[in-house]
Amino acid sequence: MATRKKSAPKKSPRTKPPRAKLAKPARKQPRRHQEELLDEALEESFPASDPLPVDPGVTHVANAPKPDVGDRAPDFALKATPDQTISLKQLLGKPIVLVFYPADWSPVCGDQVSLYNEMLSEFQGYGAQIVGISVDGAWCHTAFAKDRKLRFPLLADFEPKGAVAKRYGVYDAATGTSERALFVIDGEGIVRWRYVSPVGINPGADGILDALETLPKAGNA
Amino acid sequence: MSQLRRPATASDHHQGPLDAAIVVVEYGDYQCPYCGEEYPHLKKVQKHFGDKICFVFRNFPLTQAHPRAERAAEFAEAAATVGKFWEMHDMLYENQKALDDEHLIGYAKKIGLTDEVIRTALDDAYLEHIRKDFSGGVRSGVNGTPTLFVNNVRYNGERDAESLIQLFNEIA
Repeated sequence: MATRKKSAPKKSPRTKPPRAKLAKPARKQPRRHQEELLDEALEESFPASDPLPVDPGVTHVANAPKPDVGDRAPDFALKATPDQTISLKQLLGKPIVLVFYPADWSPVCGDQVSLYNEMLSEFQGYGAQIVGISVDGAWCHTAFAKDRKLRFPLLADFEPKGAVAKRYGVYDAATGTSERALFVIDGEGIVRWRYVSPVGINPGADGILDALETLPKAGNA
Repeated sequence: MSQLRRPATASDHHQGPLDAAIVVVEYGDYQCPYCGEEYPHLKKVQKHFGDKICFVFRNFPLTQAHPRAERAAEFAEAAATVGKFWEMHDMLYENQKALDDEHLIGYAKKIGLTDEVIRTALDDAYLEHIRKDFSGGVRSGVNGTPTLFVNNVRYNGERDAESLIQLFNEIA
């Protein structure tokens, strides 16, 4: 499911519109044909064996070290919608589940956020709040959240791109997205658990629930 | 490595002996297209291994994404009370596109469920059981549908019949 058949290096597959997924069962030859033509055209213009041109003006700010368990979680303030900002400070007081994921619309993320969306009552059982973070913009998040009927906020780590992911040490400069990383932060803002999943594997929620279970109940107030 | 925290028992819907060399537990959603795609593959694998495999199904309806999944699961659970779980399970996966109440009642009648049994499916009698399956699945690391556990370990590999048969040949 997470494997990709296409190998076009320049055309980012994660921007695939939702329509593609809905239309999947009925996918017929003409569509594939069109994709193949596009692949061929891209292959011609940018042979896969050539290294990608690097603009010498581009500098990547490196990841900070990942905050360890017991460290204070780096602060952030990001757009949740085009006109609403959410900061870590605002969320303090209750445990926070911070979900970094590579991109809206990609199949594995879709499953991951859909799963968490089904589990909101379980998270609430621990007094916890869940927020997703990716480098997608707020308008993209809005469309994605609407499509998946999400009932928890998605934050846009969009400008400067990936800045929060970098502060948490989970930015992947090669793909220009964050890694698939989970942080459980207690009500005081201290990292209590963290996990970075292989990017193609949806980490599920067992680790999150185990971590929430170990938090002292007082922190849930 | 996510582990199945509640291994298969006699109270699970299962096909094949529980002490088989290969025990596959599927967490599935009747409306999920990927589960629908997986259904014929699992049938093929079961046929290939016969009594050497035990197949277990547990409910994992993603109700926000698939608004008919939970009701379909209720019908399968209702059928289970009269020993017809697998008939209903198969019927649902073979007719995934039409899971409205009218069709569900039609399928139930086709496999011989009485009006009385059908009513229990419509009266939320099995919801608690279904939700228990769901939260148990989450605790075991179910991360979407379908999720397969092979001998109690979450399986993340390719799920086509050929890959599974190859893997299970190494185990069995």
